[in-house]
Order: sequence, then structure tokens, then C-alpha cells
Amino acid sequence: MEMILINGVAFVAIFAALMVVFHRNPMVSIIFLIINLVCVALFFLFLQAQFLFAIQLVVYAGAIMVLFLFVVMLLNLRHEEETRPGGRIQWTLALVGGIGLVGLLWRSLRGRLAGPGATLGGFPDRFGNVEEIGRLLFGDYLLAFEASSALLVVAMIGAVILARRNES
Amino acid sequence: MDPALLQQVVEAGTKVALVVGMVMGAVTYMTWVERRVSAWIQDRIGPNRVGPAGLLQPIADGIKFLFKEDIVPPHVFKPLYILAPALSFVPALLGSAVVPFGDSIHLFGRDIPLRVADLNVGILFIFALSAMGVYGIALAGWSSNNKYSLMGGLRSSAQLISYELAMSLSVVGVLMAAGSLRLNEIVMAQGELWRWNVFTQPFGALIFMTAALAETNRLPFDLPECETELVAGYHTEYSSMKFAMFMMAEYANMVTASALMVTLFFGGWQVPGLASLRLPALAVSLIQVAAFCLKVGFFLFLYVWVRWTLPRFRFDQLMDLGWKVLFPLALVNIFWVSWLILKGWI
Amino acid sequence: MKTSFLPMVSAVLFSIGAIGVLIRRNAIVILMCIELMLNAVNLTFAAYAYEFRSMTGHIFIFFVMTVAAAEAAVGLGIVIAVFRRNRSSDVDDVNLMRW
Repeated sequence: MEMILINGVAFVAIFAALMVVFHRNPMVSIIFLIINLVCVALFFLFLQAQFLFAIQLVVYAGAIMVLFLFVVMLLNLRHEEETRPGGRIQWTLALVGGIGLVGLLWRSLRGRLAGPGATLGGFPDRFGNVEEIGRLLFGDYLLAFEASSALLVVAMIGAVILARRNES
Repeated sequence: MDPALLQQVVEAGTKVALVVGMVMGAVTYMTWVERRVSAWIQDRIGPNRVGPAGLLQPIADGIKFLFKEDIVPPHVFKPLYILAPALSFVPALLGSAVVPFGDSIHLFGRDIPLRVADLNVGILFIFALSAMGVYGIALAGWSSNNKYSLMGGLRSSAQLISYELAMSLSVVGVLMAAGSLRLNEIVMAQGELWRWNVFTQPFGALIFMTAALAETNRLPFDLPECETELVAGYHTEYSSMKFAMFMMAEYANMVTASALMVTLFFGGWQVPGLASLRLPALAVSLIQVAAFCLKVGFFLFLYVWVRWTLPRFRFDQLMDLGWKVLFPLALVNIFWVSWLILKGWI
Repeated sequence: MKTSFLPMVSAVLFSIGAIGVLIRRNAIVILMCIELMLNAVNLTFAAYAYEFRSMTGHIFIFFVMTVAAAEAAVGLGIVIAVFRRNRSSDVDDVNLMRW
């Protein structure tokens, strides 16, 4: 039962990713990216990462994509222009390169995971819970946590300055 | 199907049907409550023709909406135009899945917890859903291809994400006091009457109430959708059932916000002094559910009362309030709760 | 639950994102494909965290999301600044420093 659901979600995620890349209207690309982000959030839910499920929806699908949506609406972007000369070669090279990348990654990832019969032990208590993430963030990874808060402040200042109109 | 799975499915299905029925019933009758209470505040009568005291008015309105012509204007971007009301309505309904409307009831020899889903990240799920609800409004505004709708949609989205911040920070105080994100544990941590979060963190409660008013696009924060400002804001181009869906989404959001208000700050389903009465367990559970419904009803009435009393904010006043007043106050509230926990009073 | 196919799904998503960055000319769609790649990486981390029963993967995902949010904000700021000058969001028009 779970396998049917998870396969379905994988199929929708890949279809949405293809539509993001190959559709001409940027607004439709945003909608399909939101669908893809929701699919990844559902994957997190299946993989016992409940806190990340909620955070993915709040941060990625709920805040970052709203930012993209605002920019597309304010800049009033419509369809993309036609292919310029030399574009055909770029398309084919990119597609070949992409398929090559998939093949390379598959070869390296295949067989690295334990099979379905392997027993790696049960889950530790409260796996994927908020308490455990809080304990790790404020314990083992405190430096990274504080550094990321500095990163966010710098990014906020940078975004405000970059998007400001010149007072002329 | 093995009996344990079947039992789980039946139990979950019944709870879902019950909660959806209650929320949709509340949504339908909120229209009646709104019209009667606004009439009472404005010293007139309100609908009293259809059925006793106008109680069948929402049904008449529903039938009217069903029979209205569903116009899809030719200049809109059809896929998103048709998707947007659903994007607004589904998160509004889903939010009531994690709210505990009672403790647990002992029926058929089993203890059935009275909430549809007991997520470990309970309250974060509701924030995730309100983040997704922003899209319904933004996309409705954009896809209508109309400058009033676009302005309404953009303003509403900006308002929603600004007040999401104040709402989340005011809830952090509650989470610190309760020590868990699960809504039922937040209710249990509030104990009897004097430790309800509204008394220990009054600022937090006030900020949450204001932010919830803004999150549901209700007056005094309804600039994006009111009739006198931007024609009708983001739902200018909508008619019949799609417009009704936006209205239902707004009322369902109100119901969820009131339920959250009760759960987080007003002790949820707890009734002070009930344990000392020594009633049978079934009666206790039912009284708790009734108490929850009464408290949520009071907050719905409060929503309507505030709407017909206060004038609306201008958009820049609204954004000032969200960023310059509520956000620092929410941070002060966090310090206050930390101090209380340090002193051992919570 | 058999999750051994999830790194494959993530590899496919990553490659689709990479193709998107190479093919598309609209700056915002390129940023979206970068987000797609970051999400594929997050999925890999989550799959391996589930497999090895270790929450370090989750912490990694948390920080990747933080960095992605910061990068999306700054990237969109740059796109807006460039748009004001060029009146188009085409990355081929950002060629003032070409020979």
C-alpha cells in the first residue's frame, strides 16, 4: 500500500520537474515547481522526517516560491522568446549531457543501499521528531546553526540593497 | 482486510466525516450568524423570513449559488483561474484535521482519541497549510488578468506572509510553556483554569488573535477584498460556485483559527472543575466536546463582532502594524515566557 | 519499506534540474532549476538518513534549506536589479563584460 503511494508520488515529482524545465510560461513552471516541492515533502513524510515535511512546506513551498511568484508577477514575464541560432546544438548537447549524468549517478548509486531484507535495526526512539532535531541543532551542530543565522541576516541585507531603486 | 486495519479505517473515516461535517456546518451557519449579529449591532433585524428566525437562509443562499451562471471570462488564464479557489479551499479544510476537540472517548471497548490526526509536529502542520493557502489568493489575483485583482492578490499575499511571522512567533511562547508541538499536549499542559496561556502570556494571546484576524483576511485587515476599495480585490472576476468557494474558504479559515485560539490559549476542551464532579467517563468526554464547541463559538462571535465594530486599516498601516509592532512584541513575549519558565512559575 | 529507488529518483530530478540550467534563458527559470537540484540533494540526504537510521542527514537538510532560501532571495534581488537596466530577464542580454 505504501509502495503504491510512494511510487505514485515519485512519478508526479518527475513529471512536474520535466514540466518545470520544458514549459514556456514561467508562471506555469512555478506551479509545477510547487507541485514538485510538495512531492518532496511527501517523500520526507514517508521517510519518517516529519519535522522536515512541515519545514519544507513552510519554507520552500510557502515562502521561497511566494518570492518567485512575486517577482514573476511584478516583472510581468510572459513566454520566452524563440530559439536563437546555435540554440539547437545547445539543446541536444544539454540533453545528451543530462542523460549521461543520470547514467553516471545510477551506476554509482546502484547497490549502495542495503536490500529490502537487510536488517539495520529498528529506529531510535523519536526519529525525525522535533525534540531530536532541537537536541542536535543546539548540541552537536551549534556552530553551524549560529553561522546560518549570520548568513540569513547577510542575505536579507543583500536582497534589500540589491533590489532597491537608485535615488536619483 | 484484516480486522485491525478495518477498525482503524472505520474509526478514522468516522472522525473525518464528523469533523468535515462540523466545519462545513459551521461555515454555512456562519453566514447566518454574521448577518444576524451584524443586524443586531446595527440595530436592525437581518434575515428572518426564510424559516424560523431566518435559519434556512444559508440553504437558500446555497441553492442560489448553485443556480447562478458560472461565467469564465475570456481574458483570464484558465488553468490557474479554475485551480485557485480549490487551492484556497483545500488547506482551509485540512487545517481542522489536527485540532483536538476532546480528550478521548471510551466507546466499543476502545479509547478513541478525539482528533483526526495526532502529528508530532501538530502546530507546524497548520502553519504549513496557511503558507499553502497564500497561493490560492495570489494566483486568483494574477490569473484574472485585471489590475484590481492583481493589486488585491499581491496585497493580500504580502499581508498574509507578514502576519504569518507574528503568528508563528506568538505561538513559540506557547510551545515553550508546553514543551511539545502536539496540540493535545499543549491543551493538557494548560491544566485547570489559572494556568491557561491567556493568563500567563496575555500579550501572546493578543498578538495571536490579531495575527489570526489578518491571516483570515477579516476586518480590520480586509483591504485586499473589500468592496469599496479594489472593486472586489482578488475575487473580482469570480462568479457563482467559485466565488462561493472563496467565501467558504474564508469562513473555514476562521473556524480553524478560532479552534486554534481556543486550543493554544484558552485551555482547549478543558472545563474547570469538571474532575471534582465525578461524572461517568462518557459524560465527561461529551461535556468536554461541548465546552470546546462553545468556546469556538464564542471566538467566531468575536470575529463577527470585531468586523462590524472597527474600521479597516490602510495597506501601509497594516504592514506597519505587522512588522513594526506585532513582530517586536512577539519577541518581547518570548522573553517574558522564558523569564517565567526560568523562575519556575510555568 | 523499500526505499532503495529513492536515490535514483533524486538522480533523475538532479539531472532534469541540470538540463534546465543549461537550456533555459530566463533567469528566474534558471533559479528555479537550481532549487530543483537542491531539492534532489535533500531527497538523497533524507533517503540515506532513513537507511542508516541517523539524524545527521536531517540536520544537513535543514542547513541546505537555509542556504537555499538565502540564495533564492539574493538571486531574485539580482534578477530584479538586472531587469531594471535591461528590461528583460534573458541571461543572454547580460553581456556588458563580453569582448
